[in-house]
Amino acid sequence: MSDAPQALTTAAELEGAAAAVSAGGRAPLDVVDVRTGQFGAPGSGDTSGYGGLVTTVVLPGPTARPYGRWFDEAVDILAEVLEESGTPFDDAVTSVVVDRGELTLNVAREHILAVCRALRDDQDLRFELSLGVSGAHYPHDTGRELHAVYHLVSVTHSHRLRLEVAVADSDAHIPSTVAVYPTHDWHERETWDFFGIEFDGHPALARIEMPDDWPGHPQRKDYPLGGIPVEYKGATVPPADQRRSYR
Amino acid sequence: MTSSTPGAPRSTGHIVDEDATGIPSFEAAGGDWSEIAEEAARLGEERIVVNMGPQHPSTHGVLRLMLEIDGETVTEARAGVGYLHTGIEKNMEFRTWTQGVTFCTRMDYVAPIFSETAYCLAVEKLLGITDDVPERATVIRVLMMELNRIASHLIALATGGNELGATTIMTTGFTAREEVLKIFELITGLRMNHAYIRPGGVAQDIPPGALDTIRDALVTVRHYMRQLEDLMLGNPILQGRMKGVGYLNLSGCMALGMTGPVLRCAGLPYDVRKAEPYCGYETYDFEIPVADTCDAWGRMVVRIEEIYQAMHLVEQTLDRLQASGPGPVMVADKKIAWPAQLAIGSDGMGNSLDHIREIMGTSMEALIHHFKLVTEGFRVPTGQVFQSVEAPRGELGVHLVSDGGTKPYRAHFRDPSFNNLQAVSVMCEGGLLADVVVAVASLDPVLGGVDR
Repeated sequence: MSDAPQALTTAAELEGAAAAVSAGGRAPLDVVDVRTGQFGAPGSGDTSGYGGLVTTVVLPGPTARPYGRWFDEAVDILAEVLEESGTPFDDAVTSVVVDRGELTLNVAREHILAVCRALRDDQDLRFELSLGVSGAHYPHDTGRELHAVYHLVSVTHSHRLRLEVAVADSDAHIPSTVAVYPTHDWHERETWDFFGIEFDGHPALARIEMPDDWPGHPQRKDYPLGGIPVEYKGATVPPADQRRSYR
Repeated sequence: MTSSTPGAPRSTGHIVDEDATGIPSFEAAGGDWSEIAEEAARLGEERIVVNMGPQHPSTHGVLRLMLEIDGETVTEARAGVGYLHTGIEKNMEFRTWTQGVTFCTRMDYVAPIFSETAYCLAVEKLLGITDDVPERATVIRVLMMELNRIASHLIALATGGNELGATTIMTTGFTAREEVLKIFELITGLRMNHAYIRPGGVAQDIPPGALDTIRDALVTVRHYMRQLEDLMLGNPILQGRMKGVGYLNLSGCMALGMTGPVLRCAGLPYDVRKAEPYCGYETYDFEIPVADTCDAWGRMVVRIEEIYQAMHLVEQTLDRLQASGPGPVMVADKKIAWPAQLAIGSDGMGNSLDHIREIMGTSMEALIHHFKLVTEGFRVPTGQVFQSVEAPRGELGVHLVSDGGTKPYRAHFRDPSFNNLQAVSVMCEGGLLADVVVAVASLDPVLGGVDR
């Protein structure tokens, strides 16, 4: 097997692919992965003849209006409330994604508190219940590697939406939203613990699941799963992350 | 070095093993405790810090409570979690979508069916096959969830009573739960860690005669429930211990993101089954019990009521299963449906002989499909979803991200136990030390779900 197809995934290639999908001045797409070959099986030769195939995997991109259901109205009200409080909507909400019937607002980190406050307090939005913050690590999403995802519920209007804040790995700081949603206390601690996102202004951003002196953040993609080979009936089963796998 | 050296640390450092140089070592005790002790010594006050857990019998597992007490009054309460963290979410990123069920069923081990269902609903939403799941599979899911709700609430009542010294409540509750576990064993083959709900449907149809067995079991559970009510509802000791204890009003609940019986005993009838119906809950007849006492007593009464509502729902599912008769319990799409047809053989549950005969003897394509689906799994289109179900402890949310591959890119479970434990401080501070046990029991945390 020639090793040329495998050598395609250099840093320059990845950036090139990311730039290619964000061409045209639109909001950048969230690149999840750039893959080569047909089956994505690492470590063994791709004998399919499609070894040079490069696939860029991106999350669903921004949606154009109309968003459908109650989404348009809610986004309009949020824009109005934000403008009233002196925050330009386009600065605060970088893009709106509607996928699989769920509304996601991509929020700039410096405005996350204002957006949360508007969503919680305005009587036509009233997202009074938060289901917490979770994280996701996209190592190929250059400059936006770490995502914090907020899940909000409006009991009053029976609505649900998701806020997503993306930050660079090198500057993983997001203002804490504990002041708006006190329930985020432990959730932000968990996201810090697992992803290393620092929530500035959190009352006590300590590790919560891992021991206090644990090095590293285990849910990041560059953190290995770990494990040892297990012998069973004469055969040796490698740990889960070293088995042959398909993407 | 003498101990009077200024600035020298007073605590003992790590024990350094010469052979282990370069290998990181961890002190699992954590930093909180020594900080509290140091602060207490510095202030020189007569205050007592009680470390309760992680092995305390009344903490429902490995929950650690750090309580600062003044006489019998708790002045500060902190909860420490993480002792049962097993990295289930991380592990799920290295297994196929179907294998994920076997991991998430081990999170909240008292209510495993709910984690399974929430995860499978999320996978189905990602795949866009929510409407293709056969009706029979959905009804079986509701049946299993409501049976599990009964079992879980019985544990909450039983252990809650036991922690107050009422052993009979414990034995009665566990005996009644046993009836539900027998049904689970009959249907899934296991008492826990079922992995019964699968993306696309359920692993297997319910066995013949199961409907009658469940109807009989419900009669027994009702009988035990009446005993429990007699023991609990009029009991002056229980009332004295539980009324007004663990108080958390509606605004406190909303701020802390409390859901489930804790929120409903504060008067808000919020239930995901009504607010954001899934699995066809909008077609069933049931009520959401509420209380307005905001205390441990109210939560207990709400749980008892919910057991009756769950039994009512189980009866409706039994009627539907009876009426609809046998049918498919897995999506028709052979690219998603797990190919196996399970059956019980002499060596336990495995592939049915008919299925093995087909793939080994007559159809090479079926064999290839079986092999590819089991080893490689199916691919799920890129995107992310959030799916909630009403678990016995509150709203269980699953945040799933797919990168278009055969494994979850990220799976996060918003477990109600994890969130609800944040209320321990608010519920306990200013109260008596003995009431901490009642307040924690009224939250009914399961540490497997908290730590995942």
